[in-house]
Order: sequence, then structure tokens, then C-alpha cells
Amino acid sequence: MNTQDPIYKTDALIAENIEQYLETHQHKTMLRFITCGSVDDGKSTLIGRLLYDSKMIFEDQLATLEADSKRSGTQGEEIDFALLVDGLAAEREQGITIDVAYRFFTTEKRKFIVADTPGHEQYTRNMVTGASTADLAVILIDARKGILTQTRRHSYLVKLLGIRHVVLAVNKMDLVGYDQAVFDKIVADYTAFAAEIGIEEFTPIPISGFKGDNITGPSENTPWYDGVSLLPHLETVEVEDSREQAGPFRMQVQWVNRPNLDFRGFAGLVASGQVRPGDEVRVLPSGKTSTVARIVALEGDRDLAVAGESITLTLTDEIDCSRGQVISAAQAPLEVADQFESTIVWMDEQELLPGRAYWLKIGTQTVSATVAEPKYEVNVNTQEHLASKTLDLNAIGVANITLDREIPFAPYAENRDLGGFILIDKITNHTVAAGMINFALRRAQNIHWQATDIGRDHHAHMKHQKPAVVWLTGLSGSGKSTIANIVEKKLARMNRHTFLLDGDNVRHGLNKDLGFTEADRVENIRRVGEVAKLMTDAGLIVITAFISPFRSERDMVRGMMHPGEFLEIFVDTPLDVAESRDVKGLYAKARSGQLKNFTGIDSPYEHPEAPELRIDTTEMTPEEAADLIIARLIP
Amino acid sequence: MDSKTLTHLQRLEAESIHILREVVAEAENPVMLYSVGKDSAVMLHLAKKAFYPAPPPFPLLHVDTTWKFQEMYKLRDKAAKDAGMELLVYQNPEAQERGINPFDHGGLHTDMWKTEGLKQALDKYGFDAAFGGARRDEEKARAKERVFSFRSANHRWDPKNQRPELWRLYNARKAKGESVRVFPISNWTELDIWQYIHLEGIEIVPLYFSAPRPTVVRDGLILMVDDDRFPLNGEEPVMRSVRFRTLGCYPLTGAVESEAKTLPEVIQEMLLTTTSERQGRAIDHDQAASMEKKKQEGYF
Repeated sequence: MNTQDPIYKTDALIAENIEQYLETHQHKTMLRFITCGSVDDGKSTLIGRLLYDSKMIFEDQLATLEADSKRSGTQGEEIDFALLVDGLAAEREQGITIDVAYRFFTTEKRKFIVADTPGHEQYTRNMVTGASTADLAVILIDARKGILTQTRRHSYLVKLLGIRHVVLAVNKMDLVGYDQAVFDKIVADYTAFAAEIGIEEFTPIPISGFKGDNITGPSENTPWYDGVSLLPHLETVEVEDSREQAGPFRMQVQWVNRPNLDFRGFAGLVASGQVRPGDEVRVLPSGKTSTVARIVALEGDRDLAVAGESITLTLTDEIDCSRGQVISAAQAPLEVADQFESTIVWMDEQELLPGRAYWLKIGTQTVSATVAEPKYEVNVNTQEHLASKTLDLNAIGVANITLDREIPFAPYAENRDLGGFILIDKITNHTVAAGMINFALRRAQNIHWQATDIGRDHHAHMKHQKPAVVWLTGLSGSGKSTIANIVEKKLARMNRHTFLLDGDNVRHGLNKDLGFTEADRVENIRRVGEVAKLMTDAGLIVITAFISPFRSERDMVRGMMHPGEFLEIFVDTPLDVAESRDVKGLYAKARSGQLKNFTGIDSPYEHPEAPELRIDTTEMTPEEAADLIIARLIP
Repeated sequence: MDSKTLTHLQRLEAESIHILREVVAEAENPVMLYSVGKDSAVMLHLAKKAFYPAPPPFPLLHVDTTWKFQEMYKLRDKAAKDAGMELLVYQNPEAQERGINPFDHGGLHTDMWKTEGLKQALDKYGFDAAFGGARRDEEKARAKERVFSFRSANHRWDPKNQRPELWRLYNARKAKGESVRVFPISNWTELDIWQYIHLEGIEIVPLYFSAPRPTVVRDGLILMVDDDRFPLNGEEPVMRSVRFRTLGCYPLTGAVESEAKTLPEVIQEMLLTTTSERQGRAIDHDQAASMEKKKQEGYF
């Protein structure tokens, strides 16, 4: 085996002068990188090689490795480095989700964290996760194959996640006879492609992970290559400190430290810039200004803190500031907005439902957000834009999002901490998507809420009633419309001003453009909610009869209304009972497959967990049910 | 403007503190599992830094097997007092009653005292988030472990249902009854831990340093006879100059012969040594992929 001089293996200093060694090593920096490629490209072999060459392999592991190499390795009698980092196959068979495995090694100059994303399956989701924390990407190419579709995909994702340093590792040079022409051709091809997707700079290196060429030092097999070898490049590539610190100071407040009445510290990780006592700062979104008093630390107060550090600072004024707010340089405050265009990577089995409310976590703040129908989906292999109404697992798309309040932010391209977010499903709590803010939409800022002189209280007062929404939910055929009708008639006799919104009727007009897919059902309910809300502003008692099968949407409508004005009435009829009634003949159609997405048959109904009222229609008549609702409505 | 270059230890420290604070901000009732080892010592030190000048706003929990080294119990009590934190010690009463011990009960010992003990303690106090000192570099199985590891209401680790972790964003939301194990020092290596202890002057159990100790050799492991519960089958304990690379129950923890009496010497030995860290622990020899299995059952 043509192993390079093991210059990274042992350090004479360790044995001779450990104190001095420790002193040197305390000044090491850290680089996080991701390797992109499949097993066929020799990715595992390369990572194993790096671990081996930097002496991260112990004797017992090496003994195991040698034995394993003979038994199941693919390299004959030679050591199969891939076995060091594989071992994920078995786990995959067990169905364990592995998104990223992290490996560690260190040299004299740096500590490295390698994000290793296995396999082809779930590749987008995994690679995006691994790339989100990486400073550098090593894109592996098999010299025999050149630039493939997957190279384009990897490069696009690297660019999308904002990784600034790219290494093009042309691997398996030993299998093409260390031919310079092969290398040059690949570099030329990649140069053209990189420019297309906006990668401005990259470092091409001809290597052999298996043989060790140009890994730790120049290989005699490639005398024509006078560039840098891989490990020395990783050791010397510029780390992000100067770029991160060059921007204005920003810190997302993570936790307010209040051990006693005399101390109020704001803890957080500095997202950009530097800060010193005496600096003027502005708290966003409130806009209040103050001055940094102290940077407090266990080892004593500090006179400087920089991007990347977790700190605690105090201000000279007692101003409101809590978790989620951003302390920013006074002269360069952040933008604040509640609508954005963003690029979204979908990561959940359950597809995106435009219009549904998700939690959005950005920095230390969590807000409620809805995602509009995507403007387009991106084909990750070709970067073509495709029309799409939703995003499935591993899909990437561009869509507008609307938040329930304004947040301070920066475009992702400027700052990962201030522009990167995740979406969380409100029911399952899964992390369903990763997103990157492209820019704020001006729309929201220009449409101000018009304060009307005659307010909702006035409307209600004139009608001598308290507005409300009586929301009947339940299976088709459960008796919602029948009960709703009786309720309205009874209220009319009581001189109450009402309006009945019926599912079928609304679909003839306002919502006639909507079908019965999950996404359309979400939008159907959202519109009905908005209409009901306007009617309560007008002082009306609104009665609605909609299947409204999803808990999220019912909760969303509840959230739109004023507290206490939303009554969720669960019209509880067992499926077999509803099906036996089948007033409109719909169940029969659904059972025979003529009708798709029918609630209770091939589309789920999520029962209310804490409705204001539950009506068991097997135990009471519609008349009795209506009386019960009115008793709850007008005590 | 001049920029200040952050070292790897400063980066790791900032990340760990960020994680600790994030859990305190989002969990209702967090706790720190404290095992008295070097990793626990670093984690506790990071917690002191994260919340200074307040003491860390959660208690320390030691799930005790009653078989730890005497010196560990001593440092445990002192460390909690120094940090101004409440120390909760939990011993599984069933294991206590049945006299479960590492000599007679093999794997059951770990199972009852540690795995079951931990579940019982978390349930008893209703903790919804527990910090643990596991590191990803300890072995292959941990390389892919997430920082936030979710557990069902009955403490099962569901490997098919773990959440992707992007940037510095951790999704800590959970349903009632569910809990999360959080590993703030996931990205530290053994060398990082030692260097940090050295740099910050963190107090660790003296067992990490070499001293003459009474030992016997069993199944290739050098075991220390720490108290008179150690059944000697006619063996005569021999004084050997030894130290420990990891600490656990004394009858299960193998020592290494060593002359390293200072921290730099320990680090030197570690760097020049040629066997990986967990070799000294009997627990991992039991079966291949044993850690994976134990984790699913709720062991850390």
C-alpha cells in the first residue's frame, strides 16, 4: 500500500514536552465539514482514511478493522477504511432513521467535525441537515465517471445551504492511471456548472482515498499537480470568525437571567458582530434602546464578546426584553416583518398543507405560521422550476409564509441564525421542514389594519346580543345540518340575529374552486373561518355545519375568534350509524370507490379533544340537541 | 475591526451552553444526570457558566447503584454543594431489596440499578428533560445520536421517530408524558474533555490519577478492591500503581497500570495510548451493538 508518510500520526512533542503540546493545542481552531457523495464514490473510504491518517484509530479498532477487512472488505488483503465508518447498513435494515453521523478527528492545527450523510434514500433531507452546520463541503467525484446528476444535486444543496468553501475531490485517480487529462476535463466541466448555480469558488484536488494520494501531502503519482493536498487545505482554509464578526452586533435573547431583584441578565449566543460594555443597542421588535453595561461571566466580567460565543449581558436601563427578542447594534437594527418569501425543504412523510398553521422556530423564537401554495418546486437534479400545489418528503420549493406576529430577521444568505427556521407540526410535534428566509414581502407593511369608528362592540350592542360562532363538526350524515337548522330557527324566535353557514352551500359559491384533497379542505375551513369572523365583528351569531375533519384547522379558527366566542360542538355519530343513514348516498359512492377522499372512509376524521359540547345523536333527538346548544350559548 | 479567532474549545463551550439554556427555556422540569465522571464534571462546569451568576436552575440527579467507588461519592456531594445545586440520589428500592450486585447478577445489575433506577427516578420527580454526558465519539452507535433524544411516556427510545437537527435549532416540543434526553457535550471528544479540564482547572475524581491501589485481576480486567463487599475467593489483593480511564461501578470497571499522576501526564498517556476508551468497561463487552440495545431500553 502506498501509504504517505504518516506525518499526522504521532507528535514527538507529546512524549517530549506534554505541557508545551497542550499549550499549542489550546489554540487550535475548529472546522465543520460535510462530505457529499455516495458509497460508490469512496466517501466512507475517504473519511476512514482521514481518521486513520490523523491517528484517530486505536490499536484495538485497527485489529478489528484488519480482521473485518479480510472477512468482508472489498479491498482484498488491504485495509478497507470504509469499514471504519460504515456499519450503517444494518441499522438501515432495522428501519432506524439515520440522518447524519458525525465523526471527529484532530490534527496539530484543527479539530474537525465531519457530517457523514449515508445513502441515496432521504438524501435531500439528510444532506440538508448535515450541511446546515458545515463551513465547508467536500464534493466527491469518481474520476472514472466524471460529473453526474448527483454531483449537480450535491452542489445545488451546498449552495442552497450557504456553504462558502467547496472542495472538488476527484477521487479514485489511481483507477485512471493518475491521468492529468482526466482531472483537467472534470475541473473544466465543473467550472462551467458551478458558475451556473452560483458557486463562485472551489478548490479541485486529485486524490485517492484508498491509496492515500494527495491526502496528507503531495503524491509522487501526480507530479503534474502542484496544488494543495486535502488535509493541509482543510487545516488552513479560512474559518468564519472574521466574516461573522464583521457584521453589526446581533444576539437573539435565549433566556433572561434573574437570580435576584438586583440582577437582570440577557443570555444568548452572539449571531453576528462584536459587543463591548458601553455599546449602544436596540431591542427588536420593540425598538427600545439602551447601553450594554456588563458582559458577565463566571471567570470575571469581559470587555469583548464576539459572534459564536454564548454570553450574558446586562443593560443600563430597565427595558422590556424577553426570550425571542433580538438585541442589536443601535445604529444598524434588524428588519422586522411578518411575511416572507422563503425556500423550504420538506422533511416529513405528511406533505405540506398550504394554509395550515405550523409552529415556526427561528433563533430562540417560536411563532405560528402558515405557508402559501408553493410558487414552484425545484427539481434538485436539474434545478428546473416545477409547478406544484404542495411539497412532499424531500421536496424543495419556494413559497410565501405568513406569521401571526412580526419578527426581527435577516435573509439567510446574510446570517444562518437570523434567517434559518424549522417548521413544527402542531399536533405531532415533528420537525416537518427546514426553511430559509429569502426576503420580506412589502405587502404586509403597506396594508395597515384600518381602525373603523363603529367597532364590533357597537354592532353587537345594537343587536342586544353577544356574537358567537357555533361550530358543528362531525362525520357526513351525523346530523350537523339538521341540528344547525333547528338551532337557527329557535334563535330567530328569540329575536337573535343569526347566520347559518352550511358546508354544501359555501361550496357552491365562495369555495367553488376547492376540491376535497387535504390541502383544499384546509383552505375551505380557513375561508369559512375568516367569513365567520367578519360576521361576529358585525355582531352576528354564526352557526356553521362543516365536517371540518382536522383538529389543526378547527384550532386555527378558534384562534381567529375573540376568547369565549367560539363554541366547538362535536356531533358524535358512530360511522356505522352515519353510513346507515346515508341521506345523500355519498357513503355508497365512497365505498364503491367513485368518491375519493371521503371522511371516515379513505380520509381521517380527528375527534375534538375538548369540545365545548358533545352531542351523542344516538341518545337524543335533533330537537333536544338544539336545546342543549342554545342553553350553552345563552345561559 | 480586528476579529478574534475562537478556538475549538471556545466553540464547543458556546454550543454546549446554548443547548443547556435552550432546554431550561423550553422544558418544564429539567434535571442533570450526574455520574461523577469526567464528562459529568465538564457538563456541570458548563452549566455553572451558562447560568452564572444564578446557580444552574435544575437539580443534579445521581442514579446510584450503591457500588460506585468511595471517592466518587465524596466528590459527588462536594461538587453539588460547590455549585449551589440540589442533589437528588436515587436507588432502586427493588434492587436494594433483592440485593442485586455486580458479582452475582451480571447484566441484571446494570438493568435494575441503572436502567430501571433511572426510569423510576424520572417518573418519581416528573422530569421532562434530562441532561446526559454522552459523547458521539465514544463509539460508532453514538455517532448518529441526536442532541435531543425523545422518549415515549414509558421511556422507550424510538429510533424511527427522531427529529432532524438543523443549524442551532432544537425542536423541544413534546406531548404530555413524553420526555427528552439531551446531550450537551455530544460534539466533544475525549481529548477535548481532558484539555478543557486542564484549561479550566475542573476538579475530577482522584481515581483518574495513578496511585497505589489494592487490586485483583479477573477475566483480564484489573479490578480495585474498593471495600469489603468484594468477594475474594482466596485471592490476595495486590498493590498496583493504577488509574481509571472511565468510572462506573467499581467491580465492573477495569483499571490500567500507569504512572500518570498529574493531568498533563494523564493526557500524555491518553494520546500515546493505543486502545480505545471504553475497553475498560465490562458492560460493552457483553454483546455486539449492546449500546444500541441498552439505549432502546432506556439506559443512557
